[in-house]
Amino acid sequence: MAGTGGVSFPGYVAECRMKPSFSCRALGALLILIALVCVSGCQHEPQPAWRLTDVSGHLPDLDFRLTDDNGKAVTGADFKGKVTLMYFGYTHCPDVCPLTLTQLHVVLDRLGAPADNVRILFVSVDPKRDTPEIMHAYVNAFDKRAVGLVGSDADVEALAKRYRSAFTREPDRGDGAYDVSHSSAIYFFDAQGKARLLATPSASQDDMVHDLHLLTSLGAQP
Amino acid sequence: MIFRSLVAAMLLVAGVVHAADAPTVKASDGWLRVLPGNLPAGGYVSFENVSDRAVSIVGASSADYADAMVHRSSTDGGMGRMEMVDSVPLPPKGKLAFSPGGYHVMLMGAKHPVKPGDKVVVTFALSDGEKLPVTFLARPANATGPTD
Repeated sequence: MAGTGGVSFPGYVAECRMKPSFSCRALGALLILIALVCVSGCQHEPQPAWRLTDVSGHLPDLDFRLTDDNGKAVTGADFKGKVTLMYFGYTHCPDVCPLTLTQLHVVLDRLGAPADNVRILFVSVDPKRDTPEIMHAYVNAFDKRAVGLVGSDADVEALAKRYRSAFTREPDRGDGAYDVSHSSAIYFFDAQGKARLLATPSASQDDMVHDLHLLTSLGAQP
Repeated sequence: MIFRSLVAAMLLVAGVVHAADAPTVKASDGWLRVLPGNLPAGGYVSFENVSDRAVSIVGASSADYADAMVHRSSTDGGMGRMEMVDSVPLPPKGKLAFSPGGYHVMLMGAKHPVKPGDKVVVTFALSDGEKLPVTFLARPANATGPTD
């Protein structure tokens, strides 16, 4: 952990030095932004002792217009009152997305009763193949508290941009199958829709459970 | 005459058993993650090269899937991506695990529905020409390993 109000992304920074790319530049911009905001005023009221990366005040509130896995139009406001964990992925991703969703499922089970007030928002970065029906079967195979979200290319791109996330459709493997590279961060929003924490899929489950206990108890207060 | 061919047959069987007893690579704890519909499944397994020479895994196939490919995931720089892998080296006496977030065999186009509890054989091709059949246990989407 860096000092008061400090935010560090050692893994990202080390990698970015090696391979500059769009995602790295976006992350770089994010880091600079966070640093600037911190210089101008990070010495606020005492914050809970988070173990994950605290992004409070540095990323925009939860806001989107998408379609959920029941085919219903939803916005960020529909999740007010719930702590939300947003993750970008796609269903044809056989390894990292299931690994992350499984990890979130295990974390919510360990969290216990407060997990009723938590929703996993799995946003598809593959609008071409991911229909609400496919997303419904997919997210429910991992956790009943998971919601699949789909939208047009433009809507999903706008949402990814809003959180300095990135995704790239990789070239076709020849049989119509293709992969999508995507940011692997998990964004934690509080029950008021404020961005609070950022985790990577390699974050420890203990840390996620710890911070979700804090985050869900904040949400319980009016 | 009958006795002699019986002995010959027994020797032949013994020879086959002996060859199967001394493989270059041992595999254990194979499991795959079943996803809904006909989405590709990731398969995981632990390999151990029990021989004194280097060998590589150079391919995979399964009678139960249209296609099987060895892939490697990475989350370098905060980006999750997958790459196809032509060859996975197993050093002499070395161990290597295909595990979530790293190496995996991607199984595409199931020829029949595969449910949790089913067993699927994936055959790995080794660089020395050997074929290594491995049984994978189908597990639910949110499984964390070969057993709970």
